[in-house]
Amino acid sequence: MMDFGFTINKSSRIDLDRFDKAGFDKLAKIEPDVRKCIACGSCTASCSAGQFHRTSVRSAILSIQNAKENEAVELLKGCMLCGKCQMTCPRGINIRHLILSILKFYGTK
Amino acid sequence: MEKNVLIIGGGPAGLEAASILQKSGYSVTLIEKTDHLGGHLAVWDRLFPKGQSAEELLYRLVDNLGPVNCLLNTDIQSINVLDRSFSVILSNGNILLADAVLLACGFDLFKAEKKEEYGYGIYDNVITNADLERYFQEGDGGRIINPKKIGFVHCVGSRDEKVGNLSCSKVCCATAVKQACEMKQRFPESEVFCFYMDLRMFGRYYEDMYLEAQKKYGIRFIRGRVSEVSEKGDKTLLVKAEDTLSSKPIMVSLDLLVLMAGIRPSASGRRVGDMLHLMNEEDGFFSTKDSIYSQQKSDIPGLFFAGAGTGPKTIPETLNDARSSALEIDRYLKSNFPKKK
Amino acid sequence: MIYEGKQKIWSDYQKDIPDDHYFYVRSCIRQAFFPASEAAFLDITRNKLGRDVFETEHHTTCGGIAYHCDVIPQETSMTIIARQFALMHKYGYENFVCSCVTSFGLYCETLETWREFPELKEKIAENLLKSCNLEFAVPKVLIHSSDLIYKFRSRIAGQAKYKLVDKNTGRPLRVVEHIGCHYSKMFPSKGVGGAEYPYVLIGMIDAWGGEIIDYPERRHCCGFGFRQYFIQSNRGYSLANSNKKFESMEPYEPDMIITNCPGCSYFLDRWQYVIADTQKKTYGKNGHGIPVFTYEEVAGLVMGYDPWDLGLQTHMVGPEPVLEKIGIDYSPDAKYKGVGGKDIGCPECPACLK
Repeated sequence: MMDFGFTINKSSRIDLDRFDKAGFDKLAKIEPDVRKCIACGSCTASCSAGQFHRTSVRSAILSIQNAKENEAVELLKGCMLCGKCQMTCPRGINIRHLILSILKFYGTK
Repeated sequence: MEKNVLIIGGGPAGLEAASILQKSGYSVTLIEKTDHLGGHLAVWDRLFPKGQSAEELLYRLVDNLGPVNCLLNTDIQSINVLDRSFSVILSNGNILLADAVLLACGFDLFKAEKKEEYGYGIYDNVITNADLERYFQEGDGGRIINPKKIGFVHCVGSRDEKVGNLSCSKVCCATAVKQACEMKQRFPESEVFCFYMDLRMFGRYYEDMYLEAQKKYGIRFIRGRVSEVSEKGDKTLLVKAEDTLSSKPIMVSLDLLVLMAGIRPSASGRRVGDMLHLMNEEDGFFSTKDSIYSQQKSDIPGLFFAGAGTGPKTIPETLNDARSSALEIDRYLKSNFPKKK
Repeated sequence: MIYEGKQKIWSDYQKDIPDDHYFYVRSCIRQAFFPASEAAFLDITRNKLGRDVFETEHHTTCGGIAYHCDVIPQETSMTIIARQFALMHKYGYENFVCSCVTSFGLYCETLETWREFPELKEKIAENLLKSCNLEFAVPKVLIHSSDLIYKFRSRIAGQAKYKLVDKNTGRPLRVVEHIGCHYSKMFPSKGVGGAEYPYVLIGMIDAWGGEIIDYPERRHCCGFGFRQYFIQSNRGYSLANSNKKFESMEPYEPDMIITNCPGCSYFLDRWQYVIADTQKKTYGKNGHGIPVFTYEEVAGLVMGYDPWDLGLQTHMVGPEPVLEKIGIDYSPDAKYKGVGGKDIGCPECPACLK
């Protein structure tokens, strides 16, 4: 096999056909308000951990919906459960419970 | 003798203004170029935000008409401004002398074929919002057979420099969310995606509709515009957009794609407007006497507007507009032609 | 697929293509890698169709490669282009036909820029006068050579000896058509059929009996584009684009690919070898690839030219499967023999791609 000096670059495209709907529905059974997120970013903005290490519930929910569950777990690992996000969420989501649910559901994989 | 008013256009605005003016004692003639009253309301199924029946509203409007003289399949052949009246020749040859004229020609939907990249008119499974409403009305359609994945594309023909329309069509976001919920009601096992640039949920209960769409129906809202639609061998669609919130291109296979065609000025309305040398604004809709204070008046005394001819409107706004116009017409006719004692 | 929808779009994007009297300029890449294509074009248009297609040995590159690699500024390439136009004017022609799609894009871009900024045009005229002592005139008509073959496709079909039909089964050949990006994506109105559903190659394939494949990544770029692949380590990016196209067209089992851009033919042909070598995957049947042709080669094939005269031996993916299907008479032994039977040397055949 010849060494061409390059290989085929990987595609960074999100393929929604690979979205795990059954898994997400199971998560939504534990925390139904995960569906309510409007991606406003208040949680990320007020996050204590987010000042030092990328932590974002908005992004985590988005990652799960984009079939990238590992990314979601990474984004929530630094959470200190301080609850500042919950104070600002305009949709009234119980974010601390949501974070724990996501980590429990996807983190063990 | 009673003063007479000519109303051009038999949609909700024309119908509501007609019944009010008739009850106020004027002789009203309403002309409609198609063979039915109601305009777009007649081919719509349910209205937002609570899913009220379009048919019931239409019946109510037509019921209120009373002895108004309705001429269907009739259009304007020519119209001239005289000293204190309008001389009108109708397409059926009749000549009419009107003391006041109300232009209620409404809107046209954007022709979705013009957005070539979406493949409307080329791919079988791409339809518009109007096609979907007709499907709901008729109850069953040949084209929509148990779709498992459905997509809605917002802003088709609106906010788009390429098709020459920079304005927002206002009502399509609420319509898209409404239709997405209705599709989930009809096909509960399906997955529904809405591709939006901005979500305009401005009215009362629109936000509640959005919340219900997310929470109750699990509809996924993707912030990013659809750029390309292709057809695969089995006629399903491959849709490409960007998920701007994660800054990555996104691809999804769908069974059905619904394009939210925007609101454009009515071509037949413009035709009549040109006969009267009425000015249009840059966005193509009629220019009114004052955009804040007198949206129902034109620069020609005795000529009034009602409805979507002066810009996109929801149905309640159209009805309010029609009632305002009726009041303006009444005031105009009373002041111009004071009753002789 | 509602065919009428496409036809309506095609009728919206029609181009006025004159019949005769063209000034022809060649393509850097097409001359180098597909040498017989341009010769075939000239032979077909001049001798078989009797047209006046003139070319002068004094013409040069359009400077597109350098321009797109940021090696020369736009002004320099515009002056080079102005010189081409000056030569056209000198020899008394008004219709300009170019062989390369990138050139076509650059010429269109230049003309548009001059239309919007006349003072720039004046400046270029000055540059040209100072450097070459020439004066130029803007061509009345600017087309690409595929437009010309498109215009004469019925005439070529009339003179054709073969059709794009599998002679064993009677089924039309499944053809993938690929349009170069610079043909219509920049200026949709300058391409026959517009940017979304270009018609120029479809028209030819239709006239010559083939069946068009519409696959999801039809509009996707092949990955050429100069800037990114000139550096070796970047080539993976270009390769990934062609790979995406191949993966998308694979389920439709195409028999051949036709392109109108020299870069695209080059890439779609060569990358199949790289993919075969590194990924051990080929897209044709039985370890073959999908043969890639330029439209001039296809025009030549249907008119009965000898495949080896058309330069098909330079292709990395062997054209033999298609030649067999069409039923073209060719001699496999003569593949690597040049003019007068001279042995031009057989390349080391890659084991992974037949």
